[in-house]
Amino acid sequence: MHNPQLNANGELTHLLSIEGLPREVINHILDTASSFLKVSHRDVKKVPLLRGKSVFNVFFENSTRTRTTFEIAAKRLSADVINLDVTRSSTAKGETLLDTVDNLVAMHADMFVVRHAASGAPHLIADHLRRLRRNDVHVVNAGDGRHAHPTQGLLDMYTIRHYKKDFANLVVAIVGDILHSRVARSDIHALTTLGAAEVRAVGPQTLLPTAIETMGVRVCHDMSEGLRDCDVVIMLRLQNERMNGALLPSAREYFRCYGLSPAMLALARPDAIVMHPGPMNRGVEIDSDVADGPQAVILPQVTFGIAVRMAVMGILAGN
Amino acid sequence: MSKQHLHIRNARLIDPHNGVDDLLDLFIAEGRIAAIGEPPAGFSPARSINALGLIACPGLVDLSARLGGIEAELGAAVAGGVTSLACPPDTKPPLDEPGLVERLVRRSEATGLARVYPIGALTEDLAGLRLAEMNGLTRAGCIAFSQAKQAIVDTQSLLRAMQYAATFGYAVHLRPQDDSLAREGVAHDGEVAARLGLTGIPVSAETVAIATALQLAAETGVRLHLARLSSAAGVDLIRAARRSGVPVSCDVSIHHLHLSEQDIGYFDSNSRFDPPLRSARDREALRAAITEGLAAICSDHTPVDADGKQLPFAEALPGATALELLLPLTLQLAAEENTHAARNDLRWELQANAPGTAGLDRDWNLVGGGPNAWHEGRLPLAMALARVTCDPAAILGIEAGSLSVGSAADICLFDPDEVWRATPDALRSQGKNTPFVGCEVRGRVRMTLVGGRVVFEARAGSGRAT
Repeated sequence: MHNPQLNANGELTHLLSIEGLPREVINHILDTASSFLKVSHRDVKKVPLLRGKSVFNVFFENSTRTRTTFEIAAKRLSADVINLDVTRSSTAKGETLLDTVDNLVAMHADMFVVRHAASGAPHLIADHLRRLRRNDVHVVNAGDGRHAHPTQGLLDMYTIRHYKKDFANLVVAIVGDILHSRVARSDIHALTTLGAAEVRAVGPQTLLPTAIETMGVRVCHDMSEGLRDCDVVIMLRLQNERMNGALLPSAREYFRCYGLSPAMLALARPDAIVMHPGPMNRGVEIDSDVADGPQAVILPQVTFGIAVRMAVMGILAGN
Repeated sequence: MSKQHLHIRNARLIDPHNGVDDLLDLFIAEGRIAAIGEPPAGFSPARSINALGLIACPGLVDLSARLGGIEAELGAAVAGGVTSLACPPDTKPPLDEPGLVERLVRRSEATGLARVYPIGALTEDLAGLRLAEMNGLTRAGCIAFSQAKQAIVDTQSLLRAMQYAATFGYAVHLRPQDDSLAREGVAHDGEVAARLGLTGIPVSAETVAIATALQLAAETGVRLHLARLSSAAGVDLIRAARRSGVPVSCDVSIHHLHLSEQDIGYFDSNSRFDPPLRSARDREALRAAITEGLAAICSDHTPVDADGKQLPFAEALPGATALELLLPLTLQLAAEENTHAARNDLRWELQANAPGTAGLDRDWNLVGGGPNAWHEGRLPLAMALARVTCDPAAILGIEAGSLSVGSAADICLFDPDEVWRATPDALRSQGKNTPFVGCEVRGRVRMTLVGGRVVFEARAGSGRAT
């Protein structure tokens, strides 16, 4: 099967999903991010890599946080950033997704950062650009449905590599609503590609996709089994609408069974780190004592996120 | 011109209904098959067709084809050798009123192309609540009743609908899918849906509905046909019901016999089907249902325009254009099944005589895919053609699907070896949406007759029909 995000030379032309990315490509992004991290600490937080380029943030689904981090990353690369809140404009008037894309291409966009509620929407855009033979226009998936959130997956890998150095002996537990989580899918692909020793999917059957084990994870329905002796805990956000009784009885019961309390965390290795893609629901999936505790690396994740997004955009613009 | 006498000579005549597979001449008069083998006394043909190298079989009978533009789609039907087709009731507006059915019958007859048999709506507006006027719809031309892909509101409504249909002896066609289990689902609840983050439709959506339908059919005595099976577990349920004497029939779409969830790849909306493409294991079980004669094959032809497909996977419309691919894909199925059987035989032979993978590979290539493999094996050519001719005709209860002397001369004449590419331009259907777009397929219709009239003839120069 042709990989829609690599060009004929095996270089990245779009970032659509971590699935199918060779290990070298992932490592190259992480290494590049490492060099960009220094830029963010300088007085003048800019490099001229994307000077004169137009980056369009096209968000069909609301997200201030992710859009802002992409905006900061693009601006630190000296790009011109245009934010489009498509949820309220063209699509409300009946324009199709590809009509919108055609219009933005006509405005000479160099890069699209796309978020969409439907899984696969960025693939559709990339496929459309290929048919238009516009291989100079790049697509970055900023989250599509339940499918993928590759920059989040990459920044999670950056964070793990920063604290753990090596993936070879790592046991990683991903806890919570994996069924609806694009972050979980991206993390799983990244971890299996980078060779983590064991990836555990922890949650009740109602929140785990059927056949999730085919992605190379070990399924644990019991939280203490899932956390025992692990090196990394990735907690997922539980959306409020999941707690209406159809998938879970209540937030209280969820926290009792799958919440990360200090007692639960004590089952993990003493040097285990705790991650969360944000925004957190304190007291629902994570106890405040853990979220603010010494093992939490949730704020460094945000800092690394900007460097990783700079790396992705910089590499795409160079290919 | 319409009732002219025709002589088709030198064709390999395959009539699964009558167990015929031989080089025999066909003589057509007054729109019917006048004789086979020797001409009737005093027969003088207005046209003699040399069909050397071609196969003549009954015109294909399709259990479900959506028409959209009637003229174009019926043109696609005859170009694909389909001479009779059942039209499901989910037209716009649905076929729930006799006037609408009469209009469809009239308009399709006016084209003079394939015969159209409407399937009426089981309930008003297909809403699954109030019974449609089944008696009036039957008088208008409906041959069965169905909900198409719409749900029925609850099990009691389904029971009432079956009771009412059984009262008059009407057949009920159901696409077995439990609405609540399938809700919002767009793909098989398995490996690919997990990976791509698509909402899954579990196999239980099918098996629960089949079990319910079988129980209610047994209780009411209705003639039940279960349409578009997708799963191995579903096949098992129907096989068990048949063994215990329940007179239920079923069909599988040609796509589900060739494709699986893996063909979705990276969100290919051409592989979005309803029911969804399931696992490779399910596909093998569906193929077994074909080889053992449990299920018929149907095109489930659903033309969708580009706007309906160029959308994110979950938003794209399901279905594929298929009338023109039904025959070649059925031939390919036969070739693959027989090659598969031949490979297994060969493997045993090689293991017994001269084990060694090199020899195995070489001989596999020798056997692979050629038309000669059709003569024997799990799915002989005549048996494969039965699944798209006499079997669906029997399910629909129509006089079609055979070459019996005296029957209407609905005939498909095809070249089993001609390879062609299924490009959008090569398809007459207004729908260009198919997962097989751009693929080479083997087997092409040269001529189609409906009631003894030539309604399709491949352009001269490329074919052997003269």
